[in-house]
Amino acid sequence: MIKVEQLRVRFGDNEVVKGVSIHVPAGGSFGIVGESGSGKSTVLRALSGLNDAWTGNITIDGQSVGPRRNRAFFQKVQMVFQDPYGSLHPRQTIDRILSEPLLVHGIGDIERRIETALAEVALPSAARFRYPHQLSGGQRQRVAIARALIAEPEILLLDEPTSALDVSVQAEILNLLADLRERRQLTYILVSHNLAVVSHLCPTVGVMLGGQMVEVISAEDLRAGKTQHPHTSELRALSVGLEEPA
Amino acid sequence: MLVDIQNLRVSFATRTGTFEAVRGVSFKIGTEKLGIVGESGSGKSLTARALMRLLPPNARIDADRLNFDGTDILKADERTMRGIRGKRAGFILQDPKYSLNPVMTIGRQVAESWRQHKGGSRKQALEAAVDLLDQVRIRDPRRVCDLYPHEVSGGMGQRVMIAMMLAPDPALLIADEPTSALDATVQAEILRLMEDLVSKRGMGLILISHDLPLVSHFCDRVAVMYAGHVMEELSAGTLAQAKHPYTKGLLNCLPSLTHPKPRLPVLTRDAAWLQS
Repeated sequence: MIKVEQLRVRFGDNEVVKGVSIHVPAGGSFGIVGESGSGKSTVLRALSGLNDAWTGNITIDGQSVGPRRNRAFFQKVQMVFQDPYGSLHPRQTIDRILSEPLLVHGIGDIERRIETALAEVALPSAARFRYPHQLSGGQRQRVAIARALIAEPEILLLDEPTSALDVSVQAEILNLLADLRERRQLTYILVSHNLAVVSHLCPTVGVMLGGQMVEVISAEDLRAGKTQHPHTSELRALSVGLEEPA
Repeated sequence: MLVDIQNLRVSFATRTGTFEAVRGVSFKIGTEKLGIVGESGSGKSLTARALMRLLPPNARIDADRLNFDGTDILKADERTMRGIRGKRAGFILQDPKYSLNPVMTIGRQVAESWRQHKGGSRKQALEAAVDLLDQVRIRDPRRVCDLYPHEVSGGMGQRVMIAMMLAPDPALLIADEPTSALDATVQAEILRLMEDLVSKRGMGLILISHDLPLVSHFCDRVAVMYAGHVMEELSAGTLAQAKHPYTKGLLNCLPSLTHPKPRLPVLTRDAAWLQS
């Protein structure tokens, strides 16, 4: 479904992504972990078309895509951002926010689709005519997910979707993402610095360090501690050490 | 007792009446490390801010007792409060990006906070700043002194914040989500540094966080807050044997690397929790 070969991204003289390759089958989920500055979000932004200064090959659904994307691409690929406070327009109602992708892609039946989209992410229909500031952080992230799903994409790019949320809300959002993936056969790429979150949702995990994908490991091997690269072992040790209550 | 809080209430006057954000919180701290854990909106930050009287003007503080190091905070005038804030109690906030002055070098900022409380010449203060930066284990402190906040990483920025707070030798350190903006690797480093300095200097520490397992590693006791109440207070070592369903729920809903769950249990809230 998603095939990235030798992706390189450069900001001025600074190469931030140095030849990263990712393969995700249809219906699969791939997680990217790494510290801040490792280039994990930059990979996602290049993939989603938010940054067009990259070299390499990106193939989606068998079709090679260039720096400029057409409308069909944006219907197929949608993204959810970290900060639910920053990613929704503060002066638009939820109704307006959700109808925007439908208008852009010329999809009709707006009334019914918004109703279903809200129901699908378990938001009350009363939320429809509220503004983002009237909702809680978890509800806002649900709106962001509903907006991403309303154009019926096949691929969802998730950039730290739960790191701004409370752990109880995080559990709800992670369950929601798992349910939606099963119901709609979605393909996910999830970027996070939390190893537990990534391995919960993704069977395959890529570890990034200094712009390179230093290891691609299955979630089972990661759990069992069968790591190859020292950085992966370090991240795992930290996550395991802090996970258990003292 | 360094901090003695008895039945603290913080309320806000709103258009439709008063809203009580903190509803009867009590605890005492000596020279030890207390963690306050809860979800957003549980009143954990307000509790700490009430202790320093750093609340917006429309907030009302009531308490049977609110003492810091022998001073009655409820009755203290602004002058006394200024002597406490920063000097006898340091406050470390979440994001160093917003807490440091962007147009002042790091050395000058640390020196300023040292000089504010200790006096002395500009040169002495700068020497003290280098020493403080060294204490928070910044390599090459002289070079870092000349950098501006945007030139250092988040972890380094938080170390600078800690250095500034340590300058006047406070008796208590309040850290409000000091590592939420940082990477997991840096997070552990900063917390270990803070724990180390606090133990070495014989200070008290209030660590506010939403991460229950994390806090239990760095504190002696943990108070779990929900909707303005302390649900449960337990020693950090016995977290696994927590009795309250809220504490258990918070621990259970975390995804785990070593014990995978096909589906995360969701926290169900019980109105009866707020009755007792």
